Amino acid sequence: MVVTRRSFLHVTALAGGGMFLGFYTEPKAKAQRQQPPVDPKAFIKIAPDGTVTLMARNPESGQGVKTMLPMLIAEELDVDWRKVKIEQADLNTKEYGLQTTGGSRAVSNNWVPMRQVGAAGRQMLIEAAAKTWGVPASECYASNGRVYHRLTDRSLGYGELAGKAATMPAPDLNSVKLKDAASYAIIGQSHPNVDTADITHGKPIYSIDFTLPGMLYAVYQKCPVYGGKVVSANLDEIKKMPGVRYAFVVDHPIDLGPVMESDPGLEPGVAIVADKWWQAQSARKKLNVKWDEGPGAQQSSANFAVRAQEFSKQSPQRSLRNDGDVEKALKGSAKVIEAAYSYPFISHAPLEPRNCTARFKNGKLEMWSNTQQPARGRALVSKVTGIPEDDITIHMVRAGGSFGRGLYSDYMCEVAWIAKQIGVPVKLLWSREDDMGHDYYRPGGFHFLQAGVDPAGRLIAWRDHFVSFGEGDKFSPTAGITPGEFPSGFVPNFSLGSSVMPLYLKTGALRAPGANALSFVMQSFIDELAHAAGKDPIEFRLALLGEPGHPIVEKAAKPKVEHEPSPTPAGKRLQAYDADRMKAVVQAVAERSGWGKRQLPERTGLGVAFHYSFQGYVAHVAEVTVHPNNAVKVNKFWACVDIGNQIINPSGAEAQVQGAIMDGLSELMHQEITLENGRVVQSNYNQFQLARTRQAPDIEVHFVKSDNEPTGLGEPALPPVIPAVCNAIFAATGQRVRALPLANHGFTWA
Amino acid sequence: MAIKLTVNGRSSTVDVPPDTPLLWVIRDELNLHGTKYGCGIGQCGACTVHLGGQPVRSCMTPVSAAANAHITTIEGLAPEAAAPLRQAWVEMDVPQCGYCQAGQIMSAVALLAKHPNPTDQDIDEAMNGNLCRCGTYVRIRKAIHRAAAAKQQAEQNPDHEGGVSSRALAQVGVVNS
Repeated sequence: MVVTRRSFLHVTALAGGGMFLGFYTEPKAKAQRQQPPVDPKAFIKIAPDGTVTLMARNPESGQGVKTMLPMLIAEELDVDWRKVKIEQADLNTKEYGLQTTGGSRAVSNNWVPMRQVGAAGRQMLIEAAAKTWGVPASECYASNGRVYHRLTDRSLGYGELAGKAATMPAPDLNSVKLKDAASYAIIGQSHPNVDTADITHGKPIYSIDFTLPGMLYAVYQKCPVYGGKVVSANLDEIKKMPGVRYAFVVDHPIDLGPVMESDPGLEPGVAIVADKWWQAQSARKKLNVKWDEGPGAQQSSANFAVRAQEFSKQSPQRSLRNDGDVEKALKGSAKVIEAAYSYPFISHAPLEPRNCTARFKNGKLEMWSNTQQPARGRALVSKVTGIPEDDITIHMVRAGGSFGRGLYSDYMCEVAWIAKQIGVPVKLLWSREDDMGHDYYRPGGFHFLQAGVDPAGRLIAWRDHFVSFGEGDKFSPTAGITPGEFPSGFVPNFSLGSSVMPLYLKTGALRAPGANALSFVMQSFIDELAHAAGKDPIEFRLALLGEPGHPIVEKAAKPKVEHEPSPTPAGKRLQAYDADRMKAVVQAVAERSGWGKRQLPERTGLGVAFHYSFQGYVAHVAEVTVHPNNAVKVNKFWACVDIGNQIINPSGAEAQVQGAIMDGLSELMHQEITLENGRVVQSNYNQFQLARTRQAPDIEVHFVKSDNEPTGLGEPALPPVIPAVCNAIFAATGQRVRALPLANHGFTWA
Repeated sequence: MAIKLTVNGRSSTVDVPPDTPLLWVIRDELNLHGTKYGCGIGQCGACTVHLGGQPVRSCMTPVSAAANAHITTIEGLAPEAAAPLRQAWVEMDVPQCGYCQAGQIMSAVALLAKHPNPTDQDIDEAMNGNLCRCGTYVRIRKAIHRAAAAKQQAEQNPDHEGGVSSRALAQVGVVNS
C-alpha cells in the first residue's frame, strides 16, 4: 500500500469506550496501475480493559505475515507484544487496501504504512493523556501500553485512554514521527509465529477445518486433459450412491487456446455432493464420464522435447535483446562452450489440498478460503457465477501452504457454482490427485546456450535461444524471460532470443516464478564457463559482476518478474541490478563457507550460485558429497542474504531461507510433472517426491545488512539453491547436470 | 455398519462402512480436525494418529481395524508426553504453514516414548514418514532434542513445574541462531 500525503487517520469509538484506529487514504484521482484504490482501515482495537487487538491484513500461508505485519504496528504503538491479540482480517480492500500474498511484497508494501499506523495510535493516546492531565503532550511518553507524565510519574493505561483518544482528530499519517531503529523493542527480535500454540494442539484453524451447520461436502471431477468437456456421465447411478445428495454436470465453457490468455476460473466437470466427503469421494470412484478431450490430448512432454530440439537448429522466432556483436565475439573467443539446459514442469503441491467452503443464501455468497489473492478470487467468482462482487464476502482462513497456488481461484469458482446451484452450505475439497492433476504448473523450458571467454578468462559473449511455450509474441503465463535476466547487461556481446510452442495447460506462478528455473540455467552455465576459463567459480562471478561503477553494470536492468512491485517513486535507481549488493553477498558466502580454504574429503565439493529476485540478493554455497553409487548427500548450506537494513523478525526470516533451501532440494532431485496424451502422469507424493527430514543439511543463514529499505523473503532464497548443489556435484565428480530433475540421471539421495 | 471406537479415551459409535479410512471418521464423524488429510496414500504423515500407542497413517487405516484399539489424536495426547514437545515447537518457532505439524508431533511423541534421548539418526528414522512442504526439518530436529532434554530434566526434578502455561508460552523467546 502506498500512503499518500492525503492519508489521514480514521477514528471511531468502539462500543464500551474503546477505540478503533486505522488509516484512511482517499482514492487517488488516477488509480495506481498495480494497486486497487486503497480506502479506510488496517487497524488497532483497544478495549477498555487495555486489551490490544491488531488486524493482520494479508492472507497467511506459512510465510509469517500474520506475525510480522502486526509486529510493525505494535512496535510503534508501544505495546507489550506478548499481550497483543492478532486477528486475521477478512477481505475488505476499501478498509485494508491491497490484501494479497505474493511477490515477496509484504515487507516492502507494509514497512512504512504499518509503522505509521502504530505511531499515529501512540500519538493519539499520548495526546489523550496530556489532555486528561492538562499538561503538554511533549511532557508525556508511551511505554508498554501506558502513557506516562515525565514530571509527575502519573500514568494511564491505553484502555483508560482509548475512549478519549477515539474522539480526537487523527494526525496526518505522514506527519507522525517514527522511531529510530536503535530504539526498536519488537522489530528485530525473533517472535514465534502467533498461531504456533494452536498448531501444536491441533486446533481447527485451517481452511479444510472450517465447517458450517448443515454443511455438505463436494468433489469436482474435471477432465484429465485440461479443458476437456463432459459429453455424458452416469449421474443417475451416482445419485443412488450412499450419502450422495446431488450430482450434476457443470457445462461452463472456457477460453481454450494455444496460450492461456486468462485464468479460466471455472473449468467444465462433474460435481458430486454428499453428506460426508468420503461418501462423495467414494461415489466418484464409480463415476463414468465420457469426455470431449479437445486439442490438449495430443500433447506430451516427449513431443515438447523433440520440438525444442528442432527449434534449437533454427533462428529464434523473436529477438529479445542484442548487445554488441555476439557472432564476432564468439569467433574471437579463446574458448567457446555450448550447452543445452532444460527443466520440467513442476507442481506447487502444498500439503493442504485446495478447498473452500461456500454458502449461498438470499442472493448473497459467503466464502471461507485459503486464497492468497482474495480480491482476485472474488472478481473471478463474480464473473463466473454472475453474483455481483458486493454480494460476495470472502473470509480468509489460514492456508496449509500455498507457494503461489493460492493466487489462482479455480477451486473457489467451483464451490461458488456448486453452492449457488444447491443453495446449501458446502465444502469443496480436492483430493491430492485433483490437486496435482489440475495445477497451474511452473512451466518447463529449454535453453540452447553458447558463450565465449577471452584469453584472460573473461566472459565476452553469450547467446541464449530460449525455447518455451506460448504463441506469437505471447508467452504462456510465467513461461517468459525478460531481456534483463542476468547476465544480461554484464556481458558486452549478448543475445537473447526465444521460440515458443503451443500449450494447452494451465501455468502460473510458483515460488520465485521465472527465477526458480532460470537461476539453475544461468548459474550452472556460468559455472561451466568459469571452469572452461580456468578460473575459480567465485572469482569468475565477481569479475563478471564488474568493478564498482563499471559502465556495463548500468546497462543491466533487473529482470522484471511477475508479481514484483513497481519501483518506488524515490527509487528509480532500484531498477538497476545492484552489482555491489550482489558482490557483497557472494563475498560473504565465500568467507563463511571457507571457500578455497578448506580441505574437502574425496567426492565432496563446494558449489556456489547467486540470484537476484523479488528485491532480494542471495548467494548460496552448498557442500555436497556424491557417493560412488551416485547417492547425493548435501552436508551443509551457507546462505548469505541482503534484503536491506532491517530484518523484522529474524526467526521468521531465517525460516524462509531454511524452507527455500529444502524446497530447492525437493525440486532438484525428484520433481517433474510430465504429460502423456495430454494427461499429467504424476498424481501424488509417491511420484512427485518432496525432500524428507534425512535430506535436511546443516543450514547457516547470514543476513548482510545494506543501506536499503527492508524487502521480503518468501522467494529470493529459492532460485540459487539448485545451481549451488549442481555446481557442487560438478566440483565433487566432474559431472555436469544440465537437465532437471537429478533422479533422471541416476542420482538418489544418500 | 455401527463401529465402536475409543478415541482420546472416549467411546463412541459411528455408522460408516467398515472400509472408511479412520482419518475421515476422525475428521467428519467425530469432528476432530487436528488430524490432517494430505495425500490419502500414506506418503505424507499429516494424518498420523496413535493406535495402541503406535503411530499409524489414519488415511490408510480402515476404521474396522481400529475398532478395538485405543486411538489417540493430537487433541488427546497426554500432557506429560506432549507438553515438552509443544513448548519446544514454540521455542524453536518450528511451524511455517503448520499443516503437517500435528502429524510431526504425533510421530515425535512416539519417538520419545521409545527413545527418550534420540540421536539425529533416531529422529531421521522416526520422522521420515512425515513430509513438511515448508521444509522445517532442521527446526523439528532441534525441537525434538530440546524437548527430550526438557522431559528428562522434568523427570529428574519432579518438583519442577510441569506443563506449559499460556503465559509461559508467550514468554518464551526464540533462539536466534
